[in-house]
Amino acid sequence: MLNYVFKRIFSALLAVIILITATFFLMHMVPGSPFLSERMTDSVKANLEKKYGLDKPLTTQYAIYLKQLSQGDMGTSLQKKGRTVTGIIAEKFPYSAKLGLFAIILAVAIGIPLGAIAAIKHEKMIDRLVMLFTTVFISIPGFVLGTLLLVIFCAILKIAPATWSDSPANYVLPVISLSFYPICYITKLTRSSMLETLGQDYIKTAHAKGLSAFVVNFKHALKNSVIPVISYVGPLTAFLITGTFAVEKLFSVPGLGRFFVDSVSNRDYPVIMGTTIFLGCIMVLMNLIVDFIYGMVDPRIKLR
Amino acid sequence: MNNTEEKMSKVSLRLNPLSMHVNPNLFVPASDEEKEELVVIRQGTSLWRDAMRRFRKNKFAMVALVLIIILFLFAFAGPMLSHYDYDQFNQGQEDQNPNWTHPFGTDRFGRDLLVRTMYGARISLSIGVVAAMLTFVIGSLYGSISGFVGGRTDNIMMRIIDVLYSLPDLLVVILLSATLKGPLENILQNSKVFSGISELGPAFFSMLIVFALMYWGTMARIVRGEVLRIKEQEYVLAARAMGANGGRIIRRHILPNCIGPIIVTTTLQIPAAIFTESFLSFIGLGISAPLASLGSMVTDALQGVYSFPTRVVFPSVIIALIILAFNTVGDALRDVLDPRMKK
Repeated sequence: MLNYVFKRIFSALLAVIILITATFFLMHMVPGSPFLSERMTDSVKANLEKKYGLDKPLTTQYAIYLKQLSQGDMGTSLQKKGRTVTGIIAEKFPYSAKLGLFAIILAVAIGIPLGAIAAIKHEKMIDRLVMLFTTVFISIPGFVLGTLLLVIFCAILKIAPATWSDSPANYVLPVISLSFYPICYITKLTRSSMLETLGQDYIKTAHAKGLSAFVVNFKHALKNSVIPVISYVGPLTAFLITGTFAVEKLFSVPGLGRFFVDSVSNRDYPVIMGTTIFLGCIMVLMNLIVDFIYGMVDPRIKLR
Repeated sequence: MNNTEEKMSKVSLRLNPLSMHVNPNLFVPASDEEKEELVVIRQGTSLWRDAMRRFRKNKFAMVALVLIIILFLFAFAGPMLSHYDYDQFNQGQEDQNPNWTHPFGTDRFGRDLLVRTMYGARISLSIGVVAAMLTFVIGSLYGSISGFVGGRTDNIMMRIIDVLYSLPDLLVVILLSATLKGPLENILQNSKVFSGISELGPAFFSMLIVFALMYWGTMARIVRGEVLRIKEQEYVLAARAMGANGGRIIRRHILPNCIGPIIVTTTLQIPAAIFTESFLSFIGLGISAPLASLGSMVTDALQGVYSFPTRVVFPSVIIALIILAFNTVGDALRDVLDPRMKK
């Protein structure tokens, strides 16, 4: 067990280091300069580059960046003058986090019961309906669904707010478009896992000793069927954070995902670095935590 | 049959039933007639024939297959039937809603949206298929080497995939496609070798490189797992005991037995690649003007979404249909090709 923990943490750390290094060098390979868009003379540009340390060799810049990063300093934005990257992340991330959190809650709250019901009513009408529904909606990318929702509710029916004002109504459509894919996935996962559990001997035993169908299905079977769902929540967090890139743009949410995409096109080096490292660490960490929980919840899984 | 029965009846008549004597008549060589009867009349069914038969029984999959053919015709033969070109500005016909001359309407430059949707579908389908082929080649080579060689090599090769998997893939994909776009643009413009394909644009190739770099891990893991499993099977041992060499074992026993999962993974890679492509184009890092991609068409249409909602609908529906069709066929293939799925 301890061996496994070390191995996983090592692999996660390695991934973070590779991510930082790769991002740094990739980003500087991008042709074009952050100061290209502004009209300025060569000497002004050279001065600016000197100020931000962009005139030094890449490896030196890398070393400086790592040193600053270890002190929690991610530098300042090149586009938004005077704003620190940490400050921008602190301002933007809560929107993305709220969006993602609501979507996860919605996905789990709908997906697990739906999958369980489909499995209990296996091969019945309701099962077929659920399967049809999930198969169709699992194929619709979040941004496509979001676009269609936008057309229907904002453009045609005009009942959803068209501009961002951080009111609860603003969250409805983005959360729905973010959570549809996870809902379908969790439903499928729960259904197939539940079907397998329902065929087990201990379920027969539970029925035989006279327990009610409800207790057997929801206490004995469901409890043992949700384990694959736990392992999906890690990648799900990653999906929701990345999924927000498009959805935030679509519904003009002032979140981190949209800001990241903008900073990539603006070549705002410190912001790209900061955001990538921040999001990357969250994803790696989530996967790590879920892996450990997975092993603890189900004693049948031996961590190696 | 008659022959045997006759013999049996003779035996029972002549001998005491309790006698322990062995009747030599029962051990005479079989006649040709008898041998004939023992030949199995029904033809053996191969994995493929069996899979095809069960695939055809799946109505959803057949519908999806037909849908894929229609989509390919739409994307590759469709533009030939139209009078318009994807980058042709039709003056005086700007901002039209769907009508008979322009079934999907026109955009603010007067470009015919039906043709643009067809070209977008063409780009999405091409990227999907080529990306799936790339992951197939890289993944199955890497996986089979890792599985065959085993030991420490296998361990190191799999750790590399683990690290690749702990990287947040979309972040890397976004960074990579932003990075590769510029250098590729130079290469495509300056070199004569690529002049024929340069009109596809740098984004097309940068996306392919991204897929080739990032998404072969799943395939490699699956192939390695299959190779490891099959390598230890009794029939491989039996083949080896009968003197088959390594090459024959690979060709006759290992490859045919892991081809199922490989096909399934490749098929399911197509919608995944199309998904990523349209997503990247949607956020403005993929295919860009004047070329059309389904994702970038949705973005373009969003600017006028309040006046022309239909513009958004057509490309969105086509993306969803493509992904749905490939997913359905992939799932059906998994059902028929995976022996563990047999009931």
